[in-house]
Amino acid sequence: MREASRLAQNGEGGSKHVAAAEQQTESLRVKVWRGTQEGGFDAFEVPPSENQTVLDVVTYIQRELDPSLSYRFACRVGMCGSCAMTVNGRPRWTCRTHVSKVTDGREITIEPLRNLPIIKDLAVDMAAFFDKWERAKGSFTPSADAAADFAVVEPTSPKRRAADEAIECIGCAVCYSACDVVAWNPDYLGPAALNRAWTLVNDVRDEGQAERLAAVSGDAGCHACHSHQSCKTYCPKALNPTGAIAGLKRLVAMATLRGEL
Amino acid sequence: MSAVAAAPARARTRLEVRLWLAQRLSAVVLAACIVIHIATIVYAVRGGLSAGEILARTRGNAAWLGFYAVFTAAVAIHASIGLRTIVAETLRWRGRRFDVLALVFAVLVFAAGLRAAIGLYR
Repeated sequence: MREASRLAQNGEGGSKHVAAAEQQTESLRVKVWRGTQEGGFDAFEVPPSENQTVLDVVTYIQRELDPSLSYRFACRVGMCGSCAMTVNGRPRWTCRTHVSKVTDGREITIEPLRNLPIIKDLAVDMAAFFDKWERAKGSFTPSADAAADFAVVEPTSPKRRAADEAIECIGCAVCYSACDVVAWNPDYLGPAALNRAWTLVNDVRDEGQAERLAAVSGDAGCHACHSHQSCKTYCPKALNPTGAIAGLKRLVAMATLRGEL
Repeated sequence: MSAVAAAPARARTRLEVRLWLAQRLSAVVLAACIVIHIATIVYAVRGGLSAGEILARTRGNAAWLGFYAVFTAAVAIHASIGLRTIVAETLRWRGRRFDVLALVFAVLVFAAGLRAAIGLYR
């Protein structure tokens, strides 16, 4: 904790600080992680505002109190998946998380996402996260027959419905951060990559299914999942990667019993 | 990944999937065995339970010997695979030698369980 030095830097030490604190009893006391894997928390006082989001808080700190604070955001409306952070110990999309939803007091702790290397402060390196989408064969494999007619996919077909349920992922890595298995086994592909694979497994047009099932199997794949369901609990899009992973386990089991794996 | 490097990786994946399947199937067997085991205890204990009563039921009874042999085999398979996973996740001990240790553990559990079942049979 480097609160004292932060307050001193801002010229708020000693009795001045006490007076300021008394005047701002409604201020939000915010602890923010600074540094990389090694580091500590800085404390800030942020004035409250109506419908204030956690991203608003971080932005206020960066613009008004400490321009050296690093964090990542883009759309601010829950589409891009850039602004996820750990808020009061839980992974959240900060642009759509109201302060009032995560604290009933006036204190909030903001840290970078878990399970990913910290670049600086609240910004993590997402490379490992997206590399695993590739390892899970998370891209569409087209048919070799370019002359073939368009595939007809009935919207009500079971496969299309299964894909629909999993397809709205924004790649925010909240599930990846929430997953204990990723923490225990850094090679584990994680909920998002496996969820992506599940959408493609259910795509009747895709021709890379055998490769994909092999890629998502084993110690680093769907079989490592313990179904804790943290991914489902914290997914801001209310997806169910645990369900997708269970579906992959079923398919791989069937393929193994048929001798196809 | 080259084809040469991919082959052991594929074999490793296949092993993991088979172990996963073995653990699930052994869990199904265990569920049935535990129900029979507990139900028998609840039934048998009504008039008081003594070593003599147990032995009177199990001695020379090949059905009970077979039942507890299957029970023990399921425990050995299930527990050793689970222990291997716990060790890998908590201590990060992974690799061939830990696979062998898990196999040794399975054999020891099976041998101990079978010895007990034979003791009840004789």
